[in-house]
Amino acid sequence: MYKYDNYDQQMVDTRVEEFRDQAKRRLEGKITEDQFKPLRLMNGLYLQLHAYMLRVAIPYGTLNGAQMHALADIADKYDRGYGHFTTRQNIQYNWIKLEEAGDLLADLAKVEMHAIQTSGNCIRNISSDHFAGAARDELVDPRPYAELLRQWSSFHPEFMYLPRKFKIAVIAAETDRAAMRLHDIGIQIVKNDSGEIGASFYVGGGMGRTPMIAPQIRDFVPLDQLVTYAEACLRVYNRYGRRDNKYKARIKILVHEMGAEEYTRQVEEEFAHMLGQGVEPPLAEIERLRPYFADPAFVDGPKTCDHSDPDFALWVDRNTNAHKHDSYVSAVISLKPVGGIPGDATAEQMHLMADLAKEYSFDELRVMHTQNIVLPHVAISDLHALWTKLEAAGLGSPNLDTIEDIIACPGLDYCSLANARSIPLAQKISERFAASGKTGELGQLKLKISGCINACGHHHAGHIGILGVDKKGVENYQLSLGGSEAEDVALAKITGRGFDEAGVINAVETVTDVYLGAREDGERFLDTYRRIGMTPFKEALYD
Amino acid sequence: MKILTGNDLKSGAVVWWDGAGWSLHVNDAVDVGDDADTIAASEEAARRVNVPYAIEATRDDNGVRPAHIKDRVRALGPTVRPDLTLKPTQPEALDWIV
Amino acid sequence: MTDLDTRPTAVQFRFRDDEMADHGTVTFDACCEQTNATAVRIEPGDDARALLPFLDRLALIEVNFPVFGDGRGYSSARLLREAGYTGELRAVGDVGIDQLLNMRRCGFDAFAPAEPLDESDAQAAFNRWPNVYQNTADGRRMITQLRHD
Repeated sequence: MYKYDNYDQQMVDTRVEEFRDQAKRRLEGKITEDQFKPLRLMNGLYLQLHAYMLRVAIPYGTLNGAQMHALADIADKYDRGYGHFTTRQNIQYNWIKLEEAGDLLADLAKVEMHAIQTSGNCIRNISSDHFAGAARDELVDPRPYAELLRQWSSFHPEFMYLPRKFKIAVIAAETDRAAMRLHDIGIQIVKNDSGEIGASFYVGGGMGRTPMIAPQIRDFVPLDQLVTYAEACLRVYNRYGRRDNKYKARIKILVHEMGAEEYTRQVEEEFAHMLGQGVEPPLAEIERLRPYFADPAFVDGPKTCDHSDPDFALWVDRNTNAHKHDSYVSAVISLKPVGGIPGDATAEQMHLMADLAKEYSFDELRVMHTQNIVLPHVAISDLHALWTKLEAAGLGSPNLDTIEDIIACPGLDYCSLANARSIPLAQKISERFAASGKTGELGQLKLKISGCINACGHHHAGHIGILGVDKKGVENYQLSLGGSEAEDVALAKITGRGFDEAGVINAVETVTDVYLGAREDGERFLDTYRRIGMTPFKEALYD
Repeated sequence: MKILTGNDLKSGAVVWWDGAGWSLHVNDAVDVGDDADTIAASEEAARRVNVPYAIEATRDDNGVRPAHIKDRVRALGPTVRPDLTLKPTQPEALDWIV
Repeated sequence: MTDLDTRPTAVQFRFRDDEMADHGTVTFDACCEQTNATAVRIEPGDDARALLPFLDRLALIEVNFPVFGDGRGYSSARLLREAGYTGELRAVGDVGIDQLLNMRRCGFDAFAPAEPLDESDAQAAFNRWPNVYQNTADGRRMITQLRHD
């Protein structure tokens, strides 16, 4: 994985000093909260319901054991012994003190980490495929390109005060594991007819209150023009994105109102101009980055393992993914124990995951947008030993992509924007289905819960989505069906009137029963919904 | 009644205006009546509190109860982590929030 | 035109040796219609590209930031520099310590903040970053080039 050189280290170290200085000026009263807020947000520091919250960037979701150990130490030293992995592959801490934030950032910088641009109206952390560099189905490893974009977007002087936040995802497989088309810019690394590698650009996707799927605006950008093209996309947005209404300020609204064709025309015009401006890093830079992401020293070994223990066999079946080397798999550590808080991990669990990465996965881990952790390169012969240790630590839940693998935002338990709680709902739904024993029978079923319209819990993209709303001071939940964040991307539709907490849990069970009754061979919930439509579900829910 | 809340500037802790200063306990909150804006402005200017705002609440024999669930969550802590609330030994206290 | 004091006396930081022009005497619209103006003030919504035909006669372009969170002026500045404008580019309005360096990097070479800034904080901000990741308008080579020199 990528390793900072002196330049990168100097950038994060300088950033720590800059933030210390900004915080000091705030505490001394030299700047007001109105002036300080955008500055602290650009360094991931929010003021949430109970305290300051700090979001730490995990670029394209990749980290090593030392970094995971450091995240655990930070949880113990500055927080309350845990952290929360987010739907953009980051981690956030819920109980941070402003006066200690500078020291925390200095600790992060020691392990080549930071909180740069994890919030604010600027280009956010670049996300990617959590199986990058390991998946059998990828064209190339997308992370060198993500790293190139990370550097370009860090402290970009023109784009620090955009109309609104800006999220970029980069993938390099036909299977989309990064919700690529629900990003402001989604980039797919592709090969053209001449066999050259380049980038396909999708612009104007997003969730939030007006969910949209990004249209493709360019099918192939040569690799030595990647940054220039991104810069052109951003400049058109910075100049023309709406600033009169924060709810209409995302690029998806610009692309929608202007029309994808006109937006594309303007980008192409800007791009043609910028090609002469020397903004592109030299091609040698991509060549420099690539070896950092080279394969570790894989060793040929057994291609299967003993499946006689049914619990182990179930975990292997559900929580591992095909690897490009046939003696290895990528193993998913579920942070979704039945009744647990989705995405939360204690310092102790983080230390253990770091140790396991060192022992079994070439010292590498990944954060998934589904709030789980991946050990990307596990030898099949090590799987049983790994699973045994995970089981012992309560990290062996065999529930990847099942109805127990729920995405949930922090909701009203932590978030000042939330209208309703998300976590208790996730806990109760996972308990209900684990107790009923239907989890396995339901197969792949992605349930996603957001506590407000901002959709951090990706409810628009859930096979089943739940949105918490405030109904005259009482929590209420709207159910939606048919969304997907994957390559079969779709936006979910609301079933009808909302439910109270107990009601929506029953409603989830009702719609799964409709599916079980109507499905044909091999159909997932989503497939059945697409075939039979909303009506049978509505009838079961409301008639 | 109307009470005033905010977060401590340095620590971020949820605080309530008790008539003379800022308390961690909602039960110490006093009715600020029409003085909310004045107190908020002077306290914020003195950097003793961050983003203060006034909310509706009621007082009965059990103490002060903010009208909105969001402020009750703020007053006590996350419902999913009773151990991290202001009453870690009384998980039943969470019933007060809902 | 908003009532901002941007006369030479209001310019707090300047990175040019030539004689200072007065303030932006006309609005963007007036500049585009009038042929003899040498100084103009543009607002965030103005299309800086419309000034390109007049660059030769302009000695001063003021870019107003009515609120620091509106970042359109950064693009305006870069566009003007990319088009070859060499006159004074002055950031005026809601300009704070933490915006100075980004503005400088986008091509501003004079600053007239509505509220005067602390001199030592400002100098620290201008000099903070030893290196940068982007090629913009300040002539600095980016890290990704320095690595391959």
